[in-house]
Amino acid sequence: MYNFDFVKPKTLAEATAAMAGEEAQALGGGQTLIPSLKARLASPTTLVSLSGIKEMVGVCKGDDGSLCIGGATPHAVVAAEAAKTYPALAKLAGGIGDPAVRNRGTVGGSLANNDPAACYPSAALASATVVTNRRRIAADDYFQGMFTTALEAGEIVTEVRFPVPEKAAYIKFEQPASRFALTGVFVAKFKDGVRVAVTGASEEGVFRWAEAEAALSKNFSAAALAGLAASADGMITDLHGTAAYRAHLVGVLTRRAVEAAA
Amino acid sequence: MKVTMTVNGKSRSGEVEGRTLLVNFLRETLNLTGTHVGCDTSQCGACVVHVNGQAVKSCTMLAAEADGADVKTVEGMANADGSLSVIQQAFQDHHGLQCGFCTPGMVMSAAALLKENPKPTEAEVRHYLEGNICRCTGYHNIVKAVMAASGQDVSNIAAE
Repeated sequence: MYNFDFVKPKTLAEATAAMAGEEAQALGGGQTLIPSLKARLASPTTLVSLSGIKEMVGVCKGDDGSLCIGGATPHAVVAAEAAKTYPALAKLAGGIGDPAVRNRGTVGGSLANNDPAACYPSAALASATVVTNRRRIAADDYFQGMFTTALEAGEIVTEVRFPVPEKAAYIKFEQPASRFALTGVFVAKFKDGVRVAVTGASEEGVFRWAEAEAALSKNFSAAALAGLAASADGMITDLHGTAAYRAHLVGVLTRRAVEAAA
Repeated sequence: MKVTMTVNGKSRSGEVEGRTLLVNFLRETLNLTGTHVGCDTSQCGACVVHVNGQAVKSCTMLAAEADGADVKTVEGMANADGSLSVIQQAFQDHHGLQCGFCTPGMVMSAAALLKENPKPTEAEVRHYLEGNICRCTGYHNIVKAVMAASGQDVSNIAAE
């Protein structure tokens, strides 16, 4: 790992100022970034830790009933504190990595990194709005391909707002060594429609399965998915599974998620 | 930069670089070599320590992030009189280690588990320890040791 200056601001204003420096990089829990630094895949001049900013940690309920999660909130905290209000999201957070990783890794870090096999992007694409130190970004505009987001240089994910669906479930097929999603599907049923967000499968990162959304919006049952199959075009092929295998998993996991949604 | 943290109940300070990992600070600056580096890629859990009461992988946390924190390593697990803690004794009694390399991480993860779930089921123990790899594959006896440390009857558990 190349060396860098480490700063740990106490307020968002200080963090924003620190991020304005050239080659500054925000540090969430570091569960992806630190391994990346070790591999010299990243070499920032300054690392700006977000873990000391109290206003960015915690789970609360917004005026519109949304669940508001501070960008620097660790997965373990979300798993515990969202369990009653948004169980599907709590289950997703409680299934990321392992307990030690969940004590450090944060929702903001996961969404800023946008790993194509990470769990959180599916829940976010299924409903959330990403709030940064500059603006609010609807999830449909936020995710822009593998490891690519709408975030600009110096922008920090300060909060993620999740409207709570009527029913929802996340089912992931784990890649057993990394525990990332070989493929994972988040299904969320809202009053005005159903969202189906798929992670781990596409070379473009997380995406919405439009055909399944249309079918489930008319009839929210696994039967409504009969005959629907996700296309293998653009799906990831690697040593863990082919594109066709992942496309098949999308169908299987979507059905399981609908059945599990409560 | 200088960092100061409480390690196993004592205030410890030292100079670190921005890139210094917590595990390197513990092992190389404080000479607390009980905490191991197995994979160095956040997978194996041999480096698990407690930071402010929570299990973390010390190879994937910067020492600077632990400035001001309360850190506990395997060296801090024994009782005040030097005798083994309940968890450590259970690992010895049930042969919960073979080569012993993963043991510090296993003990620290087990301690974190039993703090939040004092009477876990066997399945819960196995699930909780999924971030700790034993390359001797000695999992049966590790799980048995953790169950025994929780005060449960282990006569019918694992290690067939």
